Amino acid sequence: MLEVKDLSVFFGNIRALHGISFDVKEGEIVTLIGANGAGKTTTLRTISALNRPTGGEILFRGEPITGMKPHKIVSMGISHVPEGRKIIGNLTVMENLMMGAYTRTDRAEIQTSLEEVFQRFPRLKERSRQLAGTLSGGEQQMLAIGRALMAKPVLLLLDEPSMGLSPILVEEIFNIITTINQQGTTVLLVEQNAYMALQIASRAYVLESGRIVLSGDSRELQANEGVRAAYLGESA
Amino acid sequence: MLQKVNKMLLMVIGAIVLYVLLKIMITIGVINPYWQRVLFYSLIVIVGALGLGIIYGFTGQFSLGHAAFVGLGAYSAGYFSKTFGQYGVLSFIGALLVGMVFAGLMGFLIGVPVLRLKSDYLGIATLGFGFIVKVALDNADKLIPDLGGARGMMGTPQLASLEWLFFIALIVIILTRNFIFSTYGRACTSVREDETAADMVGVNTFKTKLMAFIFGCTLAGLGGGLYAHTYPYICPGDFYFLQSFDYLIVVVLGGLGSMTGTVVTAIGWAFLLEGLRFVLGPQFVDFRGVIYALILIITILVRRQGIFGGKEFGFLVPQVRRGKPDVALRG
Ligand SMILES: Nc1ncnc2c1ncn2[C@@H]1O[C@H](COP(=O)(O)OP(=O)(O)OP(=O)(O)O)[C@@H](O)[C@H]1O
Ligand SMILES: [Mg+2]
Repeated sequence: MLEVKDLSVFFGNIRALHGISFDVKEGEIVTLIGANGAGKTTTLRTISALNRPTGGEILFRGEPITGMKPHKIVSMGISHVPEGRKIIGNLTVMENLMMGAYTRTDRAEIQTSLEEVFQRFPRLKERSRQLAGTLSGGEQQMLAIGRALMAKPVLLLLDEPSMGLSPILVEEIFNIITTINQQGTTVLLVEQNAYMALQIASRAYVLESGRIVLSGDSRELQANEGVRAAYLGESA
Repeated sequence: MLQKVNKMLLMVIGAIVLYVLLKIMITIGVINPYWQRVLFYSLIVIVGALGLGIIYGFTGQFSLGHAAFVGLGAYSAGYFSKTFGQYGVLSFIGALLVGMVFAGLMGFLIGVPVLRLKSDYLGIATLGFGFIVKVALDNADKLIPDLGGARGMMGTPQLASLEWLFFIALIVIILTRNFIFSTYGRACTSVREDETAADMVGVNTFKTKLMAFIFGCTLAGLGGGLYAHTYPYICPGDFYFLQSFDYLIVVVLGGLGSMTGTVVTAIGWAFLLEGLRFVLGPQFVDFRGVIYALILIITILVRRQGIFGGKEFGFLVPQVRRGKPDVALRG
């Protein structure tokens, strides 16, 4: 579904990505793990066309999407739940969700999506009139995911959905991600919380200083000594 | 749905009652011709200021040349009316349309190169545009003598009556409200709050900014057209930098992203300007500038979100705000 080939990104003279390649197949959850500053966010932002790559290619369903505008990418079916949520604080929860459906015109189906989101996140329904800026961190994360789902994406990019959440809520969010995936949405998940990410993903890539240093089956990586030492907080 | 209709109806009925009251007060002389002028001016300011409210208040694009667009509207509409004035109401409506289209078109021409840039380039560009328009109008008589150049233009038929001004302002308020609470309006708010977030939900941010800018400039042009038909004499100085600043003050004071704030402040502003003329007397009338700069500074210190802080009168707020999905999407 998504193929990233030899992708390079520079910020001025600093090279954030050194020609990384990976792919996500239809129906999968693939996770990209790595330490702070490894280039995870940069990778997702480049897929969403928020950063310009200096080299390489991104294919979505076989079509090159490099160089497209961000709004085109969304209407092609890629939704991005960004690091830090980026919900619109001065709009209500409902308005934020409706913004998620911005690229869609099928009124009746938008209504269905809305009901699905409310089913998944009953908390959002209770608070639909509240200004999104006044939601708690966890609720904002739910809203960010709900908003992305309102676009009815084929591929969901998630950037550290567990950030700043209590363990229970992390658990809940990861369960929700699994369900979303089971209901047919392909997921590319970026996480610091490698433990949780490897639990739900089928495959994983390890990013270090802009390079992919390891990849494979989640289970294999969970067993890998180096990964255990570096990302799962265990001594080797 | 029923509630929605009722609210709109209520607002229209309220407006008609207000109109009748004003009409009666003018007829029996409670509002003398002088204050009637001020009232007219406040209605014109509402139209222009709502334009800037869309550009700056709702979309976050800083424009320092709003009065220039008002001026373009005033001159083009005025000139049109002078030329085709014999057709009365029809030519008046035509003139207003000409003013709107002309100002909107200029907004388009400036917006296309400038709005692609993030940050404050629009402020600089529109500031420059304001100067250009002033110089152009000062010298316009060399090309078209009837425009009067620096001496100003006279002879536009004075067709803007209370009815016209009042109901045009009302229509503009309703249109603006519908725009702001539409999908497009929410896209504008998203762009203002966080352009990246807007990008991420699939908003074409450039197009959104451009659309908002053109819409705002068109309203400026409409305000200008009304202005030209309300005042027998207009001159380039009426639409210079300080006037742009006036519009900015109205929008900021009222609260960015509050239509209610813009409307109320526009009225308050027009009356304050004139009120101060009386309070200060002819000798000190120039101190008005100091006083409103002070008001602005104090507002920013005490209440940065403006008088209305993004809030709206209930009757201006449709369903989505209240937590119901509006299925009234784009079509
Ligand atoms: N706009 C930018 N300008 C300059 N440097 C940037 C920019 N964005 C990212 N970088 C740099 O690129 C590198 C990768 O950053 P990125 O945000 O992708 O890391 P990350 O893996 O998401 O880290 P974290 O887990 O802390 O979020 C970092 O060194 C960062 O400083
Ligand atoms: Mg990151």
